[in-house]
Amino acid sequence: MTAPRFLPAGEHAVLAEFGSLDDVAGRRAALVTRPIPGVTEIVSGARTLLLRFDAQMTDAAIVARTLAALPAVTPRAAESAIVEVPVVYDGADLEAVGALTGLGADGVVREHTERVWTSAFCGFAPGFSYLSSDRPALDIPRRATRRLVVPAGAVALAGEFSAIYPRRSPGGWQLIGRTETPMWDPTRTPAALLPPGARVRFVAVTA
Amino acid sequence: MTALVVEGVGWQALVEDTGRLGFADMGLGSAGFADRGSAELANRLVANPPGTAVIEVLFGGLAVRAEGAATVAVTGALCPLLLRRAGGAIRRPAMYEVVALSDGDRLELGSPTAGLRSYLAVRGGVAVEAVLGSRSRDTLAELGPEPLVPGSVLPVGANARGWPVVDAVPWPAWTAGGDTVLDAVLGPRDDWFEPASLAWLGSGAFEVSSEADRVGVRLVSERPLVRRLTHELPSEGAELGSIQVPPDGHPILFLADHPVTGGYPIAAVLTMTAVDRAAQLVPGQTVRFRLGPARARG
Repeated sequence: MTAPRFLPAGEHAVLAEFGSLDDVAGRRAALVTRPIPGVTEIVSGARTLLLRFDAQMTDAAIVARTLAALPAVTPRAAESAIVEVPVVYDGADLEAVGALTGLGADGVVREHTERVWTSAFCGFAPGFSYLSSDRPALDIPRRATRRLVVPAGAVALAGEFSAIYPRRSPGGWQLIGRTETPMWDPTRTPAALLPPGARVRFVAVTA
Repeated sequence: MTALVVEGVGWQALVEDTGRLGFADMGLGSAGFADRGSAELANRLVANPPGTAVIEVLFGGLAVRAEGAATVAVTGALCPLLLRRAGGAIRRPAMYEVVALSDGDRLELGSPTAGLRSYLAVRGGVAVEAVLGSRSRDTLAELGPEPLVPGSVLPVGANARGWPVVDAVPWPAWTAGGDTVLDAVLGPRDDWFEPASLAWLGSGAFEVSSEADRVGVRLVSERPLVRRLTHELPSEGAELGSIQVPPDGHPILFLADHPVTGGYPIAAVLTMTAVDRAAQLVPGQTVRFRLGPARARG
């Protein structure tokens, strides 16, 4: 792991930038076991961790120094049980993604179900997890035009990521299937089904 | 039980408290008071502990009736206040004044003459049900107490520390109007912009557009900011007060309900005081930025 680069982010936060998604996951795992005093919240990104802190307890330089000195934890050590998500693969863009990748619709389903995905970070909406996989990325371009309405539970691909739309919203990702599994439920703990670090496998089911 | 019954709502009225910490990594921001300083001052006036839930009123227009006796104060954007006593008498209380309501009294907020958001605190707090540990409405996530409508009943809690110790406080200087200067700290992505554009961000005039809500305030200026690095930025966490620059080069100031992550570079981040001021910006107003480097503690 290379040393992170630290960028200022206001009076109460510092942004740590890493070389890869795996480096981000490793440092986040380390922070779970060795929290930094005064750090109140961590926001994962694709190549970054934003660390918010209580400015009366610490400052950006101390937070950066402490994070850089944390022993790296391989994400493997923080591995959790794999969540299985049943998916009906009948998405509106499945054929198109099959053609784009040369895999065909069946090939896309096989690639999607045979790999283990890991939640890298969340955003866009509560419980919207950007899932990356351990295998070469499918690397799917976004749709040329964004859909005004994507239904809740839509299973989608874009770039190196897969995701499940937690609720009805606009969206530009390619839709390959749907699931009944709720991604976000404020009455559940944790409210998000797949917070960063969670692992997931998709299982093809029939409608 | 004491309650405030909403009888009129203008543009928007929401319940907000100090916010919802700890869910950002799941994609849920903190929400909470848009102008923290004004909201906390209202809480202090009625002897509530910091962070207690209040009503955040967008551009006046709120009317509430007291069921039982209640002590209230209104801070933030300067609205004319009208108090209709249950017996028919009319009084005009001041902003930033402690007002005692008797059963049946009605308090009305007119349109503000300065600022955008007013805060009505009631001694004991607005005791609606909390969601994920907070009584804040998050307009982006559509989570937390529903926006207020005529007929909404807001129970008054018991979250008070003694009694008010002052009758009123002076209006803060910003309510006098004039040019708004917002302090901001450069970074994290200031190096993604042409030096001339960064210089313009620190010196030029920016007009507040009509796209201004709790998520963010879109500014426009005669010179859109130009990027030096044009490749795509991988999504990263965004801080409250971020000055984010989308591809059109017109900056957006992130307020309380801002998205937790974003893929456009952030040139600078407002100080906490500047965030409060940004929450009071009115469309059409001009703002300037005073950019400084990140500084160490002390």
